[in-house]
Amino acid sequence: MENQVTNILVVGIGGQGVMTATEILAEAAIALGQDVKKTEVAGMAQRGGVVSSHLRFGPKVLSPQITCGTADLLLAFESAEALRWCHYLKPGALVLMNTAKLVPPVVNIGLYDYPADPVEEIRKRGFEVRAFDAMEIAMSLGEIKLGNTVMLGALGDHLPFPAENLLDAIVKRFSARKPALVELNRKAFAAGRAAAASQQNQKEAA
Amino acid sequence: MSSAMPAPAQSRMLLSGNDAVARAVWESGVKVAAAYPGTPATEMLEAISTYPDVYAEWSVNEKVSLEVAIGAAYSGSRAFCSMKHVGMNVASDALMTLTLTGVIGGLVIAIADDVGLSSSQNEQDSRYWGRFGHLPIFEPADSQEAYDMTKAAFEVSERFQVPVILRMTTRICHVKAMCTVGERVPHEATGFKKDPARWVMTPAGAGKRIPLMFERDAQLRAESEASAWNVTEAGSDRRIGYLTSGPAWMHVREAFPNAPVLKLGMAYPLPIEKIKAFAATVDELVVVEETEPLIETEIKAAGVACIGKDILPRQGELAPAVIAPAIAKLLGEPAPQGAAKTIPIAPAQVFPRPPTMCVACPHLGVYYTLSQIKNTYIAGDIGCYTLGAGHPWNALDTTISMGASMGIALGLDKGRSDADKDKRILAVIGDSTFMHMGMQGLLDMVYNGGNVTVMLLDNRAVGMTGGQNNPGNGRDIHGQPAPRIDFAKLVEGLGVKKERIHVVNPYELPKLFKTIREEIKIPEVSVIITDQPCVLVQDYVKQHPVEVIDDKCTGCGNCVEVGCPAIHVMRREKAVKPSGKEVELQFVQIETAACTGCNLCVQPCAPGAIVPADTSKPLRLIKH
Repeated sequence: MENQVTNILVVGIGGQGVMTATEILAEAAIALGQDVKKTEVAGMAQRGGVVSSHLRFGPKVLSPQITCGTADLLLAFESAEALRWCHYLKPGALVLMNTAKLVPPVVNIGLYDYPADPVEEIRKRGFEVRAFDAMEIAMSLGEIKLGNTVMLGALGDHLPFPAENLLDAIVKRFSARKPALVELNRKAFAAGRAAAASQQNQKEAA
Repeated sequence: MSSAMPAPAQSRMLLSGNDAVARAVWESGVKVAAAYPGTPATEMLEAISTYPDVYAEWSVNEKVSLEVAIGAAYSGSRAFCSMKHVGMNVASDALMTLTLTGVIGGLVIAIADDVGLSSSQNEQDSRYWGRFGHLPIFEPADSQEAYDMTKAAFEVSERFQVPVILRMTTRICHVKAMCTVGERVPHEATGFKKDPARWVMTPAGAGKRIPLMFERDAQLRAESEASAWNVTEAGSDRRIGYLTSGPAWMHVREAFPNAPVLKLGMAYPLPIEKIKAFAATVDELVVVEETEPLIETEIKAAGVACIGKDILPRQGELAPAVIAPAIAKLLGEPAPQGAAKTIPIAPAQVFPRPPTMCVACPHLGVYYTLSQIKNTYIAGDIGCYTLGAGHPWNALDTTISMGASMGIALGLDKGRSDADKDKRILAVIGDSTFMHMGMQGLLDMVYNGGNVTVMLLDNRAVGMTGGQNNPGNGRDIHGQPAPRIDFAKLVEGLGVKKERIHVVNPYELPKLFKTIREEIKIPEVSVIITDQPCVLVQDYVKQHPVEVIDDKCTGCGNCVEVGCPAIHVMRREKAVKPSGKEVELQFVQIETAACTGCNLCVQPCAPGAIVPADTSKPLRLIKH
């Protein structure tokens, strides 16, 4: 039986907005009439722990969990988390990642090392990587909280539906809650989309 | 928090299992709902509290919450109670006699098992309570079923006058899935009817109710045999038929789309005849249940041959990646091929990222101080402050159950051998845990002459579960004013001498240190109450951030020992002290964008390198 379910893994650490981003992505899929399941593996995530949010959508979704080796896309809000979770992807699949490095206390006090070059280590495993500094992009637009929408923008051209559907879900959410921020979020979405696309061009040029 | 309340009937929404249960509770006309917060169950009552026409309360513990629900159900109203799995251990004293009296108004008890241990001290299987207490159990697999089964459970509860268990797991509570909701139907209560033979459980009264419970068991078995919730799904591959319940059903369907499945929704009492009939249609019967082999053991006793925990784990979730390889082995097939069933790429080794205390958490001051005091045994309890067992503090030596720090500390004191005669015994407990189950332990400690210093960390919230209100912060479940308990008076009322009670600001390290040092030397029960609020609740007021003057930082690392996540080590250097000892210097910066100016790091900073931040410049985000 052909598996028509799309598996997207969104990862980061507690407080980064991973769960909200996945929720918006879910809303976009629901608006297209898809069955959706979303689940988090978040051990006390509010306290700076790892968050991995599984989103599955398609005509009918059974298990809410993405099995290792079957994710279509990885959206990572933090570099080491991108490396931690990349094996969930299908071989050769795409990682869209923020280059931010959030160093936890166990690294800070010297018990562990932060990976020297997460992007390179992910590439070595055969995955395609588009890495960009989402916080920098957000700051350039004047609001760090836009990082979340920048990340979603990066995903825009890699979904089984048009980027505009995802943008619609973002606009709908902000129109209801913070209408003043709709335009800024449109810009952030476009900037994220451009950041992911420019890397593609670099690669093609190379 | 649920947004289900304004949604009209027939709305199809993305709801968590917890939100779906809450909606069904409201639609079922429930009058009273009570709970104590606990992951993964917390959001059920949080969501219910947003609906109109339902009395909702945060109770001080699960036993009280169940008793409140029982009273309402005795009066003929519908009642609901939710808790995490370990909460039922506390509530079970009431449960085990409630089964004899039964109820008039429907009573549904949602118990959420933390299968996979996302935030719990054990992984016990709550389905045992159905067997132990002779109570029916419904086991939903997703949000829609959680909604539908909650409504069905109220109907069964009233028809058989029996409390019904709704068994949830983390993977139902917190998964968001599509759910179509319906209309609220008000429920009219009959009123309480005096009936001592039924409601007053003396030995004579209980003796007469026990045979009635057995009669009810038989009726519930017949109900289960006929229940549309116990359904056979046909499949073309009859080599293995699966008997399953709860979220394990989704995993079975995902992994084996062509296999016949008997799905148990009303999962206790077991529909033995239905199971026998299903078993006869397949070559081999495999039971897939989370977590203990309960169904398996019972059907084996009934003469049904099956395979279960001899090939599947008794711990954790039975996800497709877990069951598929086990079944392949059973069938003598090679390990499943294809991307869906294998891990093509080995996981990378990345540092662990355990949960940490928040920036400026008032507990940081307590654990920094405790970590500086040697020769102690520290009995801990359950809450954010359990994190004090971790780095860099390592200042907590035991944790088992809610309130246990009190009794364990007294036991460490009374049971001490000569090897421990010089040890100072402390207990650390949070405000909510103290009110939940710690007060009795403190009373016991006072009554029996313990030599323990109790740290009562009052942060005015149930912190770990998301900052819910409690009797210590003067707000009810809706955030409205409520009577506020005075902890100093409370512990004095429990018999602690007034001069042994201290209320200390945990951000004032010298005073906290001095107070603890003095009290641990006095061979009596002392209580040191820290009184600053959780940084995540409304009572917390941010202060001016601080920053490090780079030229002044000597790399001593004292501030790192505070354990605040806003302090970042930017550079390490080896150095040799005048004594000849080699040390590692840690030069730090503070993320001013995160810092809220609690000043905890300023106090141990030897060279005075940490000062109020220059906020005319943009706040700093640390980049590594």
